[in-house]
Amino acid sequence: MSEIETFYEVMRRQGITRRSFMKYCSLTAAALGLGPSFVPKIAHAMETKPRTPVIWVHGLECTCCSESFIRSAHPLAKDVVLSMISLDYDDTLMAAAGHQAEAALEDTIQKYRGNYILAVEGNPPLNEDGMFCIVGGKPFVEQLRHAAKDAKAIISWGACASYGCVQAAAPNPTQATPVHKVITDKPIIKVPGCPPIAEVMTGVITYMLTFDRLPELDRQGRPKMFYSQRIHDKCYRRPHFDAGQFVENWDDDYARKGYCLYKMGCKGPTTYNACSTVRWNEGVSFPIQSGHGCIGCSEDGFWDQGGFYDRLTSINAFGVEANADKVGFAAAGAVGAGIAAHIAASALKSAQRKKQENEEV
Amino acid sequence: MTDTRTSIHIPNPDAPTPLEAARLTGGARPEDIESLRMQAAVYVYEAPVRIWHWVNAAAITVLIVTGYLIGSPPPTMEIAEATHQFYFGYIRFAHFAAGMILTVAFLGRIYFAFIGNRHSRQLFYLPVWRLRWWRELLFEARWYAFLEKEPKKYIGHNPLAHFAMFTFITLGMTFMIITGFALYAEGAGQDSIYYALFGWVIEMVQNTQRLHTLHHLGMWAITIFAIIHIYAAIREDIMSRQSMITTIISGWRTFKDDRVE
Repeated sequence: MSEIETFYEVMRRQGITRRSFMKYCSLTAAALGLGPSFVPKIAHAMETKPRTPVIWVHGLECTCCSESFIRSAHPLAKDVVLSMISLDYDDTLMAAAGHQAEAALEDTIQKYRGNYILAVEGNPPLNEDGMFCIVGGKPFVEQLRHAAKDAKAIISWGACASYGCVQAAAPNPTQATPVHKVITDKPIIKVPGCPPIAEVMTGVITYMLTFDRLPELDRQGRPKMFYSQRIHDKCYRRPHFDAGQFVENWDDDYARKGYCLYKMGCKGPTTYNACSTVRWNEGVSFPIQSGHGCIGCSEDGFWDQGGFYDRLTSINAFGVEANADKVGFAAAGAVGAGIAAHIAASALKSAQRKKQENEEV
Repeated sequence: MTDTRTSIHIPNPDAPTPLEAARLTGGARPEDIESLRMQAAVYVYEAPVRIWHWVNAAAITVLIVTGYLIGSPPPTMEIAEATHQFYFGYIRFAHFAAGMILTVAFLGRIYFAFIGNRHSRQLFYLPVWRLRWWRELLFEARWYAFLEKEPKKYIGHNPLAHFAMFTFITLGMTFMIITGFALYAEGAGQDSIYYALFGWVIEMVQNTQRLHTLHHLGMWAITIFAIIHIYAAIREDIMSRQSMITTIISGWRTFKDDRVE
């Protein structure tokens, strides 16, 4: 272990000055929402701790998590990969390929048994013994189990690893299964999103590195610092929601005025993520700011909650597409008609009885 | 009419003719007096039960109307800038306030079941272990299907009503309270007491969009119950052998005949 460089040594070797290093530490502290007193702590950690080995595996996924990750601005993905962690295996980012790459994986597992972090992008399909996703000639689920066995902790990147995402949407033909349902004996941090926000990804890694522990997780296993509030709670269009000012149609005047997208099916009220605060692409914008409702991509089963543009989830029962209101109106209407028929029958029946009684008298 | 074999009442031939004043002013005819001999009344619903019923009815009405509007908001209004306009906020406020009142009233109602009369406990259990109760349930269903000529007399709820009350009010309202508070906990935040108490529901459904749908379907179940409940109460008031609507106002159940069964 001793031959592994510390973060500081790596950075200095890359020509980064002490001044830049301290700047970087302050920026990281700010990105994590920590006070200035944490800057020396971060610097100290970086100067003394050996880099954490990370194995990054890819299952059924689209690599959007990696794409997001490499666009991180605070801290820069380059800093994370080259200076903070020791990314020993990542088949989409590493230079090696084929047998060399697989050898690097084995090497890391052997060398840092119990000390490396396993980052999982995508999920394993379990149908047909996992044959729907093959990595290095073997089903991905086997690689995942093998790499997870000696990991210190697992990070589930994105909606795929956390919840299943599109490949697990009904009817889920490959039986794509989120990581926590396959690996049950390791601490798992879910970082959902499709993809997760770049700064959230690097922020989680930086936190784990700095404090040498997992970030505080919520009831669903997501880091509280990024997933404890809904998009809705920090949305800049929230005043229009409370005022009852909604976009009624795409391209209407209300859309131009930037009113609330609730009626257009925005899932902000049921989505826990940091988009409305951290935003995307160095804080440039996020979907709602660009005039499109949130689709709830960091929530479990977001593909199966009806249309992205419907407020009420459609319920598909008996092959009929409907939502709660349509079901309710139909049922209430049927009951109302039933009652009307029952009133008529009751009146007829009692009239009939009265007539019979009169005849008897 | 006062035949001892078919009447509950013990005839008292020595009693003087009642209601002298009403008779002499022409307000009581001989057949009225005869009808009066057959009348009997039982005090069924004590004041707290009646108050709860009407508070609950008012709260449910507000909850259904505002709940529907939260799912399908009224058209956009531009009375003022968003800062000075809060009407969707008021709709939600009315929903939350009515929900709080309904919950507190329901807890009070549960408490009263322990100290009230035996009729106050009927809402909270079904005597499913009694074969006779199931037979009576079937009988009442046959009465509603026009297969029985005449209904039976009941002091509390008839078995069919008892079944509906238990399903939609005791179970249904509990479901609505739990899912409702879980949704409220989302807005109140993860550090709130509501989240501490009802966060497990969010954990169970994972995506709270599902919780919205379940809560919304529950609203329709209760709406349908309310429609049937009001219809059945009016119909029973007219066609059954005992009072209905006045009973939930005054608490007294009166009967229209004095036959034994």
